[in-house]
Amino acid sequence: MLDVRNLQKIYTGRNRNVEALRNLTFHIGAGELVCLVGPSGCGKTTLLKCMAGLLTPTGGEVTLDGHPVTGPPPGMAVVFQEYGRSLFAWMNVRDNVALPLRRKKLGKTREKELVDHALEVVGLADAHQAYPWQLSGGMQQRVAIARAVAFEPKVLLMDEPFAAVDAQTRAELEDLIRHLWRELGVTVLFVTHDIDEAVYLGQRTIILSTSPTVVQEDLTIDLPDERDQLHTRSSTRFAELRAHVYEQIQRAKHHNGDAEAPKDDDPDTLTDDRSHDLAVQNTES
Amino acid sequence: MIRTTVLTAARRVLLVLGMPAVLFAVWWFATADSTDFYVPPLATILQKFGEVWTVERLLSDVVPSLIRLVAGYLLAVVVGVGLGLVVGMSRVVRDVLEPVLELFRAIPPPVLVPVIMLFAGIGDTMKVIVIVSGCMWPILLNTVEGVRAGDEVLSDTCRSYGITGVARLRHLVLRSASPQIVTGMRQALSIAIILMVISEMFAAINGLGFTIVQFQRSFAIPEMWSGVLLLGLLGFALSLLFRFAENRVLAWYHGLRRAQRNP
Ligand SMILES: Nc1ncnc2c1ncn2[C@@H]1O[C@H](COP(=O)(O)OP(=O)(O)OP(=O)(O)O)[C@@H](O)[C@H]1O
Ligand SMILES: [Mg+2]
Repeated sequence: MLDVRNLQKIYTGRNRNVEALRNLTFHIGAGELVCLVGPSGCGKTTLLKCMAGLLTPTGGEVTLDGHPVTGPPPGMAVVFQEYGRSLFAWMNVRDNVALPLRRKKLGKTREKELVDHALEVVGLADAHQAYPWQLSGGMQQRVAIARAVAFEPKVLLMDEPFAAVDAQTRAELEDLIRHLWRELGVTVLFVTHDIDEAVYLGQRTIILSTSPTVVQEDLTIDLPDERDQLHTRSSTRFAELRAHVYEQIQRAKHHNGDAEAPKDDDPDTLTDDRSHDLAVQNTES
Repeated sequence: MIRTTVLTAARRVLLVLGMPAVLFAVWWFATADSTDFYVPPLATILQKFGEVWTVERLLSDVVPSLIRLVAGYLLAVVVGVGLGLVVGMSRVVRDVLEPVLELFRAIPPPVLVPVIMLFAGIGDTMKVIVIVSGCMWPILLNTVEGVRAGDEVLSDTCRSYGITGVARLRHLVLRSASPQIVTGMRQALSIAIILMVISEMFAAINGLGFTIVQFQRSFAIPEMWSGVLLLGLLGFALSLLFRFAENRVLAWYHGLRRAQRNP
Protein backbone atom coordinates (compact mmCIF):
# COMPACT_ATOMS: atom_id res chain seq x y z
CA MET A 1 0.00 0.00 0.00
CA LEU A 2 2.30 2.75 1.25
CA ASP A 3 5.99 2.18 0.78
CA VAL A 4 8.87 4.32 1.93
CA ARG A 5 12.15 3.32 0.37
CA ASN A 6 15.58 4.75 1.29
CA LEU A 7 13.98 8.09 1.97
CA GLN A 8 16.38 10.93 2.56
CA LYS A 9 15.62 14.60 3.07
CA ILE A 10 18.18 17.35 3.33
CA TYR A 11 17.01 20.90 3.90
CA THR A 12 19.36 23.20 2.07
CA GLY A 13 19.69 26.59 3.70
CA ARG A 14 21.85 29.53 2.74
CA ASN A 15 24.81 28.54 4.87
CA ARG A 16 23.60 25.35 6.54
CA ASN A 17 22.38 22.03 5.33
CA VAL A 18 20.23 19.98 7.67
CA GLU A 19 19.94 16.29 7.05
CA ALA A 20 16.57 15.69 8.66
CA LEU A 21 16.14 12.15 7.32
CA ARG A 22 19.03 9.93 6.41
CA ASN A 23 17.65 6.64 5.24
CA LEU A 24 14.19 5.38 6.01
CA THR A 25 12.60 2.23 4.69
CA PHE A 26 9.32 0.77 5.84
CA HIS A 27 6.03 -0.51 4.54
CA ILE A 28 2.47 0.09 5.63
CA GLY A 29 -0.13 -2.42 4.49
CA ALA A 30 -3.66 -1.50 3.45
CA GLY A 31 -5.92 -1.02 6.46
CA GLU A 32 -3.10 -0.95 8.98
CA LEU A 33 -2.84 1.44 11.91
CA VAL A 34 0.81 2.26 12.43
CA CYS A 35 2.31 4.58 15.01
CA LEU A 36 5.54 6.46 14.53
CA VAL A 37 7.54 7.62 17.54
CA GLY A 38 10.80 9.44 17.74
CA PRO A 39 12.58 12.13 19.72
CA SER A 40 11.60 15.74 19.13
CA GLY A 41 13.23 17.18 16.04
CA CYS A 42 14.08 13.79 14.54
CA GLY A 43 12.13 14.54 11.36
CA LYS A 44 8.69 13.06 11.94
CA THR A 45 6.93 16.02 10.37
CA THR A 46 9.41 16.02 7.52
CA LEU A 47 8.70 12.34 6.86
CA LEU A 48 4.97 12.92 6.93
CA LYS A 49 5.22 15.81 4.49
CA CYS A 50 7.29 13.70 2.12
CA MET A 51 4.70 10.94 2.33
CA ALA A 52 1.88 13.42 1.74
CA GLY A 53 3.57 14.71 -1.41
CA LEU A 54 4.02 18.15 0.12
CA LEU A 55 7.79 17.96 0.18
CA THR A 56 10.15 16.52 -2.42
CA PRO A 57 12.63 14.09 -0.88
CA THR A 58 16.32 14.48 -1.60
CA GLY A 59 16.72 10.77 -2.16
CA GLY A 60 14.65 7.60 -2.21
CA GLU A 61 10.96 7.49 -2.88
CA VAL A 62 7.49 7.06 -1.49
CA THR A 63 5.03 4.94 -3.41
CA LEU A 64 1.30 4.61 -2.88
CA ASP A 65 -0.20 1.47 -4.41
CA GLY A 66 2.90 1.19 -6.55
CA HIS A 67 2.72 4.73 -7.93
CA PRO A 68 5.42 7.19 -6.89
CA VAL A 69 4.08 10.07 -4.81
CA THR A 70 5.14 13.31 -6.52
CA GLY A 71 2.32 15.55 -5.35
CA PRO A 72 -0.54 15.27 -2.90
CA PRO A 73 -2.39 12.04 -3.83
CA PRO A 74 -6.17 12.42 -4.13
CA GLY A 75 -7.17 9.80 -1.56
CA MET A 76 -5.03 11.06 1.26
CA ALA A 77 -5.86 13.33 4.19
CA VAL A 78 -3.39 14.92 6.58
CA VAL A 79 -4.04 16.22 10.09
CA PHE A 80 -1.28 18.67 10.87
CA GLN A 81 0.58 19.21 14.10
CA GLU A 82 -0.34 22.89 14.20
CA TYR A 83 -4.07 22.24 14.09
CA GLY A 84 -4.94 25.82 15.03
CA ARG A 85 -3.22 27.07 11.91
CA SER A 86 -4.74 24.43 9.66
CA LEU A 87 -8.32 25.68 10.04
CA PHE A 88 -9.84 28.53 8.06
CA ALA A 89 -10.51 31.26 10.62
CA TRP A 90 -13.01 32.92 8.26
CA MET A 91 -15.22 29.88 7.95
CA ASN A 92 -17.42 28.29 10.55
CA VAL A 93 -16.85 24.71 11.61
CA ARG A 94 -19.29 23.33 9.08
CA ASP A 95 -17.71 25.07 6.11
CA ASN A 96 -14.25 24.07 7.28
CA VAL A 97 -15.29 20.44 7.14
CA ALA A 98 -17.27 20.79 3.91
CA LEU A 99 -14.78 22.73 1.79
CA PRO A 100 -12.57 19.77 0.74
CA LEU A 101 -15.72 17.86 -0.26
CA ARG A 102 -16.91 20.45 -2.77
CA ARG A 103 -14.32 19.31 -5.27
CA LYS A 104 -15.64 15.78 -5.11
CA LYS A 105 -19.05 16.91 -6.41
CA LEU A 106 -21.00 14.38 -4.38
CA GLY A 107 -24.26 16.28 -4.45
CA LYS A 108 -25.77 18.35 -1.66
CA THR A 109 -27.43 15.49 0.22
CA ARG A 110 -24.41 13.23 0.37
CA GLU A 111 -22.17 16.14 1.31
CA LYS A 112 -24.48 17.15 4.14
CA GLU A 113 -24.62 13.56 5.33
CA LEU A 114 -20.84 13.24 5.46
CA VAL A 115 -20.35 16.54 7.27
CA ASP A 116 -23.09 15.82 9.80
CA HIS A 117 -21.75 12.36 10.47
CA ALA A 118 -18.13 13.48 10.81
CA LEU A 119 -19.02 16.23 13.26
CA GLU A 120 -21.23 13.84 15.14
CA VAL A 121 -18.54 11.20 15.67
CA VAL A 122 -16.00 13.72 16.95
CA GLY A 123 -18.61 15.06 19.35
CA LEU A 124 -19.12 18.46 17.76
CA ALA A 125 -22.70 18.01 16.63
CA ASP A 126 -23.75 21.30 18.20
CA ALA A 127 -20.80 23.40 17.06
CA HIS A 128 -21.58 23.65 13.34
CA GLN A 129 -21.98 27.41 13.32
CA ALA A 130 -19.07 28.25 15.61
CA TYR A 131 -15.85 29.73 14.26
CA PRO A 132 -12.61 27.90 15.05
CA TRP A 133 -11.32 30.70 17.27
CA GLN A 134 -14.40 30.35 19.46
CA LEU A 135 -13.40 26.77 20.31
CA SER A 136 -10.90 25.28 22.73
CA GLY A 137 -7.70 23.67 21.44
CA GLY A 138 -9.10 20.17 21.78
CA MET A 139 -12.26 21.12 19.90
CA GLN A 140 -10.23 22.74 17.11
CA GLN A 141 -8.24 19.56 16.78
CA ARG A 142 -11.47 17.60 16.53
CA VAL A 143 -12.63 19.88 13.73
CA ALA A 144 -9.44 19.04 11.85
CA ILE A 145 -10.07 15.35 12.48
CA ALA A 146 -13.70 15.65 11.38
CA ARG A 147 -12.56 17.31 8.17
CA ALA A 148 -10.25 14.37 7.47
CA VAL A 149 -12.99 11.88 8.33
CA ALA A 150 -15.60 13.53 6.11
CA PHE A 151 -13.12 13.44 3.24
CA GLU A 152 -13.26 9.62 3.33
CA PRO A 153 -9.57 9.14 2.64
CA LYS A 154 -7.93 5.86 1.86
CA VAL A 155 -4.87 6.95 3.81
CA LEU A 156 -4.89 9.18 6.88
CA LEU A 157 -1.68 10.76 8.10
CA MET A 158 -1.77 12.38 11.52
CA ASP A 159 1.06 14.47 12.96
CA GLU A 160 1.04 14.57 16.77
CA PRO A 161 -2.61 15.47 16.69
CA PHE A 162 -3.12 15.31 20.45
CA ALA A 163 -0.04 17.17 21.60
CA ALA A 164 -2.00 20.13 22.90
CA VAL A 165 -5.04 18.58 24.53
CA ASP A 166 -5.57 17.58 28.15
CA ALA A 167 -5.25 13.96 29.29
CA GLN A 168 -8.99 13.31 29.45
CA THR A 169 -9.70 14.62 25.96
CA ARG A 170 -6.66 12.83 24.73
CA ALA A 171 -7.91 9.47 25.93
CA GLU A 172 -11.25 10.13 24.26
CA LEU A 173 -9.62 11.13 21.01
CA GLU A 174 -7.40 8.05 21.05
CA ASP A 175 -10.44 5.82 21.31
CA LEU A 176 -12.08 7.91 18.61
CA ILE A 177 -9.18 7.26 16.25
CA ARG A 178 -9.35 3.52 16.86
CA HIS A 179 -13.10 3.60 16.39
CA LEU A 180 -12.84 5.52 13.12
CA TRP A 181 -10.07 3.31 11.87
CA ARG A 182 -12.16 0.20 12.42
CA GLU A 183 -15.35 1.77 11.13
CA LEU A 184 -13.88 3.28 7.98
CA GLY A 185 -11.19 0.75 7.20
CA VAL A 186 -8.64 3.44 6.41
CA THR A 187 -4.90 3.08 6.54
CA VAL A 188 -3.57 5.27 9.33
CA LEU A 189 -0.10 6.55 10.10
CA PHE A 190 -0.11 8.22 13.47
CA VAL A 191 2.88 10.29 14.58
CA THR A 192 3.39 10.87 18.28
CA HIS A 193 6.12 11.46 20.80
CA ASP A 194 4.06 9.91 23.58
CA ILE A 195 5.20 6.36 24.30
CA ASP A 196 1.94 5.25 25.93
CA GLU A 197 0.00 6.52 22.98
CA ALA A 198 2.31 4.79 20.53
CA VAL A 199 1.77 1.46 22.26
CA TYR A 200 -1.93 1.86 22.96
CA LEU A 201 -3.07 2.97 19.52
CA GLY A 202 -1.43 0.95 16.84
CA GLN A 203 -0.82 -2.50 15.46
CA ARG A 204 2.79 -1.57 14.87
CA THR A 205 5.13 1.06 16.19
CA ILE A 206 7.99 2.41 14.14
CA ILE A 207 10.68 3.96 16.31
CA LEU A 208 12.96 6.55 14.75
CA SER A 209 16.46 7.48 15.86
CA THR A 210 17.73 11.00 16.39
CA SER A 211 18.83 13.08 13.44
CA PRO A 212 20.26 12.06 10.94
CA THR A 213 17.34 9.73 11.16
CA VAL A 214 17.04 6.03 10.42
CA VAL A 215 14.46 3.48 11.53
CA GLN A 216 15.56 2.28 14.95
CA GLU A 217 12.99 -0.47 15.28
CA ASP A 218 9.80 -1.69 13.67
CA LEU A 219 7.82 -3.24 16.50
CA THR A 220 4.63 -5.25 16.32
CA ILE A 221 2.17 -4.41 19.07
CA ASP A 222 0.68 -7.78 19.94
CA LEU A 223 -2.13 -6.47 22.13
CA PRO A 224 -5.64 -7.76 21.53
CA ASP A 225 -7.69 -5.82 19.00
CA GLU A 226 -10.30 -4.84 21.57
CA ARG A 227 -8.65 -2.09 23.56
CA ASP A 228 -9.90 0.20 26.25
CA GLN A 229 -8.14 2.81 28.29
CA LEU A 230 -8.51 1.00 31.61
CA HIS A 231 -7.77 -2.63 30.90
CA THR A 232 -5.35 -2.39 28.04
CA ARG A 233 -3.19 0.10 29.87
CA SER A 234 -3.03 -2.00 33.01
CA SER A 235 -2.15 -5.28 31.28
CA THR A 236 1.31 -6.75 31.73
CA ARG A 237 1.92 -6.96 28.00
CA PHE A 238 1.22 -3.26 27.70
CA ALA A 239 3.75 -2.54 30.43
CA GLU A 240 6.35 -4.73 28.72
CA LEU A 241 5.85 -3.12 25.35
CA ARG A 242 5.89 0.29 26.92
CA ALA A 243 9.17 -0.45 28.69
CA HIS A 244 10.64 -1.79 25.48
CA VAL A 245 9.69 1.29 23.47
CA TYR A 246 11.00 3.49 26.27
CA GLU A 247 14.36 1.73 26.19
CA GLN A 248 14.53 1.97 22.44
CA ILE A 249 13.80 5.68 22.57
CA GLN A 250 16.47 6.18 25.20
CA ARG A 251 18.87 4.33 22.95
CA ALA A 252 17.65 6.26 19.97
CA LYS A 253 18.72 9.45 21.67
CA HIS A 254 22.33 8.37 21.43
CA HIS A 255 21.94 6.50 18.25
CA ASN A 256 21.50 7.74 14.74
CA GLY A 257 22.51 7.15 11.15
CA ASP A 258 26.07 8.10 12.04
CA ALA A 259 26.50 5.54 14.78
CA GLU A 260 27.74 2.63 12.73
CA ALA A 261 29.69 4.72 10.30
CA PRO A 262 33.12 6.28 10.78
CA LYS A 263 32.59 9.56 12.62
CA ASP A 264 32.66 12.69 10.57
CA ASP A 265 33.72 15.94 12.15
CA ASP A 266 30.52 17.59 11.03
CA PRO A 267 27.32 15.57 10.78
CA ASP A 268 25.87 18.20 8.47
CA THR A 269 28.43 17.80 5.72
CA LEU A 270 27.21 15.30 3.23
CA THR A 271 30.01 14.48 0.94
CA ASP A 272 30.00 10.71 1.18
CA ASP A 273 27.35 8.33 0.06
CA ARG A 274 27.55 5.96 2.97
CA SER A 275 23.93 6.74 3.78
CA HIS A 276 23.00 4.32 1.07
CA ASP A 277 24.88 1.53 2.76
CA LEU A 278 22.94 1.92 5.96
CA ALA A 279 20.08 -0.44 5.81
CA VAL A 280 17.28 -0.47 8.28
CA GLN A 281 18.62 -1.44 11.64
CA ASN A 282 17.16 -3.67 14.28
CA THR A 283 14.17 -4.62 12.28
CA GLU A 284 11.99 -6.95 14.25
CA SER A 285 8.53 -7.76 13.17
CA MET B 1 -30.62 42.57 28.06
CA ILE B 2 -32.38 44.87 25.63
CA ARG B 3 -31.78 47.78 27.97
CA THR B 4 -28.03 47.19 27.99
CA THR B 5 -27.83 46.87 24.21
CA VAL B 6 -29.73 50.13 23.85
CA LEU B 7 -27.38 51.74 26.33
CA THR B 8 -24.22 50.49 24.60
CA ALA B 9 -25.62 51.61 21.25
CA ALA B 10 -26.37 55.02 22.70
CA ARG B 11 -22.85 55.20 24.10
CA ARG B 12 -21.37 54.34 20.74
CA VAL B 13 -23.41 57.03 18.99
CA LEU B 14 -22.26 59.52 21.63
CA LEU B 15 -18.65 58.52 21.10
CA VAL B 16 -18.93 58.85 17.33
CA LEU B 17 -20.76 62.16 17.40
CA GLY B 18 -19.18 63.67 20.53
CA MET B 19 -15.98 65.07 19.08
CA PRO B 20 -17.55 66.52 15.93
CA ALA B 21 -20.19 68.18 18.10
CA VAL B 22 -17.50 69.78 20.27
CA LEU B 23 -15.60 70.98 17.20
CA PHE B 24 -18.75 72.47 15.74
CA ALA B 25 -19.47 74.24 19.01
CA VAL B 26 -15.96 75.69 19.07
CA TRP B 27 -16.29 76.78 15.44
CA TRP B 28 -19.69 78.32 16.16
CA PHE B 29 -18.60 80.40 19.18
CA ALA B 30 -15.17 81.34 17.82
CA THR B 31 -16.66 82.79 14.65
CA ALA B 32 -19.96 84.05 16.08
CA ASP B 33 -18.88 87.73 16.06
CA SER B 34 -16.42 87.43 13.20
CA THR B 35 -16.30 90.35 10.83
CA ASP B 36 -13.40 88.88 8.86
CA PHE B 37 -14.51 88.60 5.25
CA TYR B 38 -12.72 85.28 4.79
CA VAL B 39 -13.94 83.71 8.03
CA PRO B 40 -17.69 84.27 8.20
CA PRO B 41 -19.72 83.14 11.24
CA LEU B 42 -20.79 79.51 11.15
CA ALA B 43 -24.40 80.67 11.32
CA THR B 44 -23.98 82.43 7.97
CA ILE B 45 -22.31 79.38 6.45
CA LEU B 46 -25.12 77.09 7.60
CA GLN B 47 -27.72 79.47 6.23
CA LYS B 48 -25.91 79.55 2.86
CA PHE B 49 -25.58 75.78 3.03
CA GLY B 50 -29.33 75.41 2.80
CA GLU B 51 -29.54 77.91 -0.04
CA VAL B 52 -26.65 76.58 -2.09
CA TRP B 53 -27.04 72.81 -1.84
CA THR B 54 -30.46 72.41 -3.33
CA VAL B 55 -31.58 69.19 -4.95
CA GLU B 56 -30.70 70.51 -8.44
CA ARG B 57 -27.24 71.45 -7.22
CA LEU B 58 -26.76 68.06 -5.66
CA LEU B 59 -27.79 66.39 -8.91
CA SER B 60 -25.70 68.60 -11.17
CA ASP B 61 -22.53 68.79 -9.09
CA VAL B 62 -22.40 66.27 -6.27
CA VAL B 63 -23.73 63.23 -8.11
CA PRO B 64 -21.21 63.50 -10.99
CA SER B 65 -18.41 63.81 -8.44
CA LEU B 66 -19.65 60.78 -6.58
CA ILE B 67 -19.95 58.73 -9.76
CA ARG B 68 -16.35 59.53 -10.71
CA LEU B 69 -15.25 58.78 -7.17
CA VAL B 70 -17.00 55.43 -7.04
CA ALA B 71 -15.86 54.44 -10.54
CA GLY B 72 -12.25 55.39 -9.83
CA TYR B 73 -12.25 53.76 -6.43
CA LEU B 74 -13.75 50.48 -7.58
CA LEU B 75 -11.42 50.33 -10.55
CA ALA B 76 -8.49 50.94 -8.22
CA VAL B 77 -9.69 48.11 -5.98
CA VAL B 78 -9.95 45.71 -8.92
CA VAL B 79 -6.57 46.67 -10.38
CA GLY B 80 -4.85 46.90 -6.99
CA VAL B 81 -6.10 43.58 -5.68
CA GLY B 82 -5.62 41.83 -9.04
CA LEU B 83 -2.06 43.04 -9.49
CA GLY B 84 -1.38 42.50 -5.80
CA LEU B 85 -2.35 38.84 -6.09
CA VAL B 86 -0.07 38.31 -9.08
CA VAL B 87 2.86 40.10 -7.44
CA GLY B 88 2.26 38.51 -4.06
CA MET B 89 2.06 34.97 -5.36
CA SER B 90 4.99 35.01 -7.73
CA ARG B 91 8.47 35.52 -6.50
CA VAL B 92 9.83 36.30 -9.94
CA VAL B 93 7.21 38.94 -10.68
CA ARG B 94 7.84 40.47 -7.28
CA ASP B 95 11.58 40.73 -7.79
CA VAL B 96 11.08 42.36 -11.16
CA LEU B 97 8.25 44.72 -10.25
CA GLU B 98 8.90 45.73 -6.67
CA PRO B 99 11.42 48.56 -7.34
CA VAL B 100 9.20 49.98 -10.09
CA LEU B 101 6.16 49.88 -7.83
CA GLU B 102 8.00 51.63 -5.03
CA LEU B 103 9.03 54.34 -7.48
CA PHE B 104 5.49 54.92 -8.72
CA ARG B 105 4.16 54.95 -5.22
CA ALA B 106 6.61 57.66 -4.23
CA ILE B 107 5.19 60.11 -6.79
CA PRO B 108 2.61 62.37 -5.14
CA PRO B 109 -0.61 61.68 -7.10
CA PRO B 110 -1.63 65.36 -7.69
CA VAL B 111 1.58 65.85 -9.70
CA LEU B 112 0.22 63.33 -12.16
CA VAL B 113 -2.88 65.40 -12.95
CA PRO B 114 -1.25 67.65 -15.60
CA VAL B 115 0.53 64.65 -17.09
CA ILE B 116 -2.64 62.60 -17.30
CA MET B 117 -4.50 65.58 -18.78
CA LEU B 118 -2.05 65.54 -21.68
CA PHE B 119 -3.18 62.17 -22.94
CA ALA B 120 -6.58 61.64 -21.34
CA GLY B 121 -8.03 65.09 -21.97
CA ILE B 122 -10.09 66.93 -19.41
CA GLY B 123 -13.19 64.76 -19.34
CA ASP B 124 -14.43 62.17 -16.92
CA THR B 125 -11.85 59.65 -18.13
CA MET B 126 -9.03 61.88 -16.95
CA LYS B 127 -10.59 62.29 -13.51
CA VAL B 128 -11.18 58.58 -13.09
CA ILE B 129 -7.63 57.82 -14.21
CA VAL B 130 -6.29 60.35 -11.71
CA ILE B 131 -8.23 58.70 -8.91
CA VAL B 132 -7.13 55.20 -9.93
CA SER B 133 -3.49 56.16 -10.38
CA GLY B 134 -3.38 57.73 -6.96
CA CYS B 135 -5.33 55.37 -4.77
CA MET B 136 -4.42 51.97 -6.18
CA TRP B 137 -0.98 51.91 -4.52
CA PRO B 138 -1.98 51.36 -0.91
CA ILE B 139 -4.38 48.65 -2.08
CA LEU B 140 -1.74 47.01 -4.26
CA LEU B 141 1.04 47.09 -1.70
CA ASN B 142 -1.17 45.91 1.16
CA THR B 143 -2.51 43.08 -0.97
CA VAL B 144 1.05 41.98 -1.76
CA GLU B 145 1.90 42.02 1.95
CA GLY B 146 -1.27 40.15 2.83
CA VAL B 147 -0.71 37.46 0.23
CA ARG B 148 2.91 36.99 1.24
CA ALA B 149 2.00 36.64 4.91
CA GLY B 150 -0.24 33.66 4.12
CA ASP B 151 0.13 30.74 6.50
CA GLU B 152 2.21 27.80 5.32
CA VAL B 153 0.24 25.19 7.25
CA LEU B 154 -3.01 26.41 5.77
CA SER B 155 -1.49 26.40 2.32
CA ASP B 156 -0.30 22.80 2.83
CA THR B 157 -3.76 21.89 4.05
CA CYS B 158 -5.28 23.22 0.84
CA ARG B 159 -2.76 21.40 -1.29
CA SER B 160 -3.30 18.08 0.40
CA TYR B 161 -7.08 18.37 0.06
CA GLY B 162 -6.73 19.32 -3.58
CA ILE B 163 -8.05 22.84 -3.11
CA THR B 164 -6.22 24.52 -5.96
CA GLY B 165 -6.70 27.13 -8.68
CA VAL B 166 -9.72 29.39 -8.39
CA ALA B 167 -11.02 27.70 -5.23
CA ARG B 168 -7.69 28.29 -3.54
CA LEU B 169 -7.68 31.91 -4.65
CA ARG B 170 -11.19 32.46 -3.41
CA HIS B 171 -11.20 30.54 -0.16
CA LEU B 172 -7.60 30.85 0.92
CA VAL B 173 -5.53 33.61 -0.66
CA LEU B 174 -8.11 36.39 -0.85
CA ARG B 175 -9.67 35.64 2.50
CA SER B 176 -6.45 35.34 4.44
CA ALA B 177 -5.18 38.57 2.88
CA SER B 178 -8.48 40.37 3.40
CA PRO B 179 -7.53 42.19 6.64
CA GLN B 180 -4.58 43.79 4.86
CA ILE B 181 -6.57 44.44 1.70
CA VAL B 182 -9.18 46.28 3.75
CA THR B 183 -6.48 48.35 5.43
CA GLY B 184 -5.24 49.36 1.99
CA MET B 185 -8.76 50.13 0.86
CA ARG B 186 -9.33 52.38 3.86
CA GLN B 187 -6.21 54.40 3.08
CA ALA B 188 -7.22 54.50 -0.56
CA LEU B 189 -10.66 55.89 0.21
CA SER B 190 -9.36 59.13 1.70
CA ILE B 191 -6.85 59.50 -1.13
CA ALA B 192 -9.66 58.96 -3.63
CA ILE B 193 -11.75 61.77 -2.12
CA ILE B 194 -8.81 64.16 -2.20
CA LEU B 195 -8.05 63.29 -5.82
CA MET B 196 -11.68 63.62 -6.82
CA VAL B 197 -11.63 67.23 -5.61
CA ILE B 198 -8.21 68.03 -7.01
CA SER B 199 -8.96 66.64 -10.45
CA GLU B 200 -12.08 68.81 -10.58
CA MET B 201 -10.14 71.90 -9.62
CA PHE B 202 -7.87 71.62 -12.63
CA ALA B 203 -10.38 71.39 -15.42
CA ALA B 204 -14.03 70.62 -15.13
CA ILE B 205 -17.50 71.79 -15.97
CA ASN B 206 -19.18 70.40 -12.89
CA GLY B 207 -18.44 68.66 -9.62
CA LEU B 208 -17.95 69.47 -5.98
CA GLY B 209 -14.35 70.59 -6.34
CA PHE B 210 -15.24 72.67 -9.38
CA THR B 211 -18.09 74.40 -7.50
CA ILE B 212 -15.95 75.22 -4.50
CA VAL B 213 -13.31 76.79 -6.73
CA GLN B 214 -15.98 78.78 -8.59
CA PHE B 215 -17.26 80.20 -5.32
CA GLN B 216 -13.77 81.07 -4.22
CA ARG B 217 -12.98 82.84 -7.50
CA SER B 218 -16.16 84.88 -7.26
CA PHE B 219 -15.45 85.75 -3.62
CA ALA B 220 -18.64 84.00 -2.43
CA ILE B 221 -16.85 83.06 0.75
CA PRO B 222 -19.73 81.66 2.90
CA GLU B 223 -20.81 79.59 -0.10
CA MET B 224 -17.27 78.30 -0.51
CA TRP B 225 -17.17 77.32 3.16
CA SER B 226 -20.50 75.54 2.81
CA GLY B 227 -18.92 73.46 0.04
CA VAL B 228 -15.99 72.59 2.27
CA LEU B 229 -18.46 71.58 4.97
CA LEU B 230 -20.35 69.38 2.55
CA LEU B 231 -17.10 67.74 1.51
CA GLY B 232 -16.32 67.02 5.15
CA LEU B 233 -19.76 65.51 5.70
CA LEU B 234 -19.36 63.41 2.58
CA GLY B 235 -16.04 62.03 3.78
CA PHE B 236 -17.53 61.30 7.17
CA ALA B 237 -20.51 59.47 5.65
CA LEU B 238 -18.25 57.41 3.37
CA SER B 239 -16.01 56.36 6.22
CA LEU B 240 -19.04 55.31 8.26
CA LEU B 241 -20.25 53.27 5.31
CA PHE B 242 -16.79 51.77 4.96
CA ARG B 243 -16.65 50.83 8.61
CA PHE B 244 -20.07 49.22 8.38
CA ALA B 245 -18.97 47.09 5.42
CA GLU B 246 -15.67 46.27 7.10
CA ASN B 247 -17.41 45.03 10.23
CA ARG B 248 -19.39 42.62 8.12
CA VAL B 249 -16.56 41.35 5.93
CA LEU B 250 -13.98 41.13 8.70
CA ALA B 251 -16.22 39.99 11.55
CA TRP B 252 -14.17 36.79 11.75
CA TYR B 253 -10.92 38.73 11.98
CA HIS B 254 -12.06 41.00 14.78
CA GLY B 255 -13.38 37.95 16.64
CA LEU B 256 -10.07 36.14 16.13
CA ARG B 257 -8.12 39.12 17.41
CA ARG B 258 -10.32 39.39 20.47
CA ALA B 259 -9.93 35.67 21.14
CA GLN B 260 -6.15 35.92 20.86
CA ARG B 261 -6.01 38.88 23.25
CA ASN B 262 -7.91 37.15 26.06
CA PRO B 263 -7.53 33.39 25.69
N1 LIG C 1 11.79 24.08 6.38
C1 LIG C 1 12.89 23.67 7.02
N2 LIG C 1 14.09 24.19 6.69
C2 LIG C 1 15.22 23.77 7.33
N3 LIG C 1 15.24 22.86 8.31
C3 LIG C 1 14.07 22.32 8.69
C4 LIG C 1 12.84 22.70 8.08
N4 LIG C 1 11.84 22.01 8.66
C5 LIG C 1 12.43 21.23 9.59
N5 LIG C 1 13.77 21.42 9.61
C6 LIG C 1 14.73 20.72 10.47
O1 LIG C 1 14.60 19.35 10.23
C7 LIG C 1 14.66 18.62 11.45
C8 LIG C 1 13.42 17.79 11.63
O2 LIG C 1 12.28 18.63 11.77
P1 LIG C 1 10.82 18.08 11.94
O3 LIG C 1 9.90 19.22 12.12
O4 LIG C 1 10.53 17.15 10.82
O5 LIG C 1 10.94 17.27 13.31
P2 LIG C 1 9.80 16.58 14.18
O6 LIG C 1 10.27 15.21 14.47
O7 LIG C 1 8.50 16.74 13.53
O8 LIG C 1 9.87 17.44 15.52
P3 LIG C 1 8.72 17.64 16.61
O9 LIG C 1 8.62 16.41 17.40
O10 LIG C 1 9.25 18.78 17.43
O11 LIG C 1 7.47 18.00 15.87
C9 LIG C 1 14.87 19.66 12.54
O12 LIG C 1 16.25 19.71 12.85
C10 LIG C 1 14.44 20.93 11.93
O13 LIG C 1 15.17 22.00 12.45
MG1 LIG D 1 6.70 17.63 14.06
